Amino acid sequence: MTRFVLKRLGLIVVSLFIASIIIFLITEIIPGDVAQMILGQNVTPDALAALRVRLGLMNPPAIRYLHWIGGVLQGNLGDSLSMQGVSIASLISRRGLNSLFLAAASTVLLVPLSLLMGVIAGLREEKWPDTAVSTLSLVAISLPEFISGTFLMLIFSVWLKVLPAASSINSEVSLFRQLHLLVLPVVTVSLVLLGYVARMVRSSVIEASRSNYARSAILKGLPPLLVNTRHILRNALLPSVTIIAMNIGWLFGGIIIVETVFGFPGLGSLVLFAIQQRDLPIIEDVVLLMAAAYLVLNLLADIVYALLNPRIRY
Amino acid sequence: MAIAEPERIRTSPKNEGPGIGQLVGSLAEALKTFAETIRRLCASKSALISMIILLFWLLMSIVGPLVAPYNPNAHNLGDRFKGPSLHHLCGTDRYGRDEFSRIVMGSRTVFLLAASSTLVSLVIGTFVGLGSGYAGGAVDEIVMRFTDVLMSFPSLLFAMLMLGIMGPSFVGVVIVIAVVFFPRIARVVRSVVLDLKTKEFVEAAKVRGENDFYIMFVEIFPNTLGPLGVEAAVRFGYAIFTSASLGFLGLGVQPPTPDWGLMMSDAQAYITTAPWMAVFPAVAIATLTVSVNFLSDAIRKLESGDL
Repeated sequence: MTRFVLKRLGLIVVSLFIASIIIFLITEIIPGDVAQMILGQNVTPDALAALRVRLGLMNPPAIRYLHWIGGVLQGNLGDSLSMQGVSIASLISRRGLNSLFLAAASTVLLVPLSLLMGVIAGLREEKWPDTAVSTLSLVAISLPEFISGTFLMLIFSVWLKVLPAASSINSEVSLFRQLHLLVLPVVTVSLVLLGYVARMVRSSVIEASRSNYARSAILKGLPPLLVNTRHILRNALLPSVTIIAMNIGWLFGGIIIVETVFGFPGLGSLVLFAIQQRDLPIIEDVVLLMAAAYLVLNLLADIVYALLNPRIRY
Repeated sequence: MAIAEPERIRTSPKNEGPGIGQLVGSLAEALKTFAETIRRLCASKSALISMIILLFWLLMSIVGPLVAPYNPNAHNLGDRFKGPSLHHLCGTDRYGRDEFSRIVMGSRTVFLLAASSTLVSLVIGTFVGLGSGYAGGAVDEIVMRFTDVLMSFPSLLFAMLMLGIMGPSFVGVVIVIAVVFFPRIARVVRSVVLDLKTKEFVEAAKVRGENDFYIMFVEIFPNTLGPLGVEAAVRFGYAIFTSASLGFLGLGVQPPTPDWGLMMSDAQAYITTAPWMAVFPAVAIATLTVSVNFLSDAIRKLESGDL
């Protein structure tokens, strides 16, 4: 197990190195002169040239790449271009925590609920609980996050006026004191995955209950409760770990949209802002960070899977 | 996906016939299968309702200019932020533009974007899947690892970055969605190819001396149509989802083109003062994405024999 984890960690480092080169190349080909963007149109060529030198834009790409990645390795993420004098490290650490909290809270809500829905539907196949779960989950995965978020906002903020429409987090106060601001974003982020995982769990429960081992457990006279818990669910729930892990990428996309809908100050809305402003250093750092988070979360999912599944030994 | 059912595997009975004739024949047969699929889908109530909603929006996108009471881009500053009324069924926005007309005309943007990006990804995916599966060996291995990499990247983030580079535009959205979707389609096609390339009718074609392109497109390709149809329906749903989301982020088609995603992002700032600006486009997107998903779910069940 330790060897497996170490090997995977090594692979993550290699992948991140490749990712950093790709990210750098992509931002290199983004058209537009950063110095021109900062100074605007009415500027003397001298001032423009001076800023280019100061930003290091005149250096060859390889030097600039080494400068960037060397800084990142030393924990120096550089400064934002569009917001003068703001260090990216401070931006990311504050917003990163917010996004992490959003993702974690969604997962905490999503995992038990989707497993429960999937299991109920799978064990009551073709009965009304199954119909209800199948229909609702299909609706949930059909709705883009900005639509479900807007509907929730219209119902709970505009009509019932019980929750705020915008999640303007106050960074001075602990997130735990502002939980009411997080309710709608968390629910919205969870919806698509909730529907997706519930459907997957349902079909793996149905598959397990049609298996030979389930049939033999029934035929040897085990009470239904034991058949369900010991034989069907034990086998059916394992794949859901992989399914949830495989959809972490989706969660990333969902978070970007939801943060935009609710004006939530996280990494997703930061990346969108940086793309709109062509703030290359922010794009590079945040995308690299997201790639790292994605790879580590996938590794965690594999470890959990291996721990839960006695058939897998590394 | 039941591809191995014997009656669906199309063997070549008239092996003296020219390739084109056979292709036309199999196209006609595909059309017949399509009509039969629609007939069987009508048996399911949710699929029927979904088809009606889908047809409604499709009709709107075609006859839009006849239905829309106003020019969707005409500013009318005297009529800003008017709530729904008989004059403006869905109210007006911050420029006094008629929301109903914008929704009707926006359906055209939605269908054009989703259909063209699905079509492009289907074509690329089919070529890659057929070629990779049929070639096998190192080529297959390399192509599959490449698609693995593409699929492991968070797709919306990838799309945002690409559109950030290319600049937001209609063509940009189509390219980005095609790049994100084609690996999955290639996978589906490849799995069918791998299953079939050792079958007798393919061997027979090889013995007859047919070239590889003939075998790929005339012998194998028609058998991928079932699973490909299911995948196309699913991808079409995701294409609407993704293009609307990109439009919402301001990375899709640009104003003043009427677009449902854009209308939603315009509405955000006025959600408490002018909620109708959000309600109607949201309902439009929701009815379309939900009905497309219910329909593709029914098609999937039909193909796997559960309906």
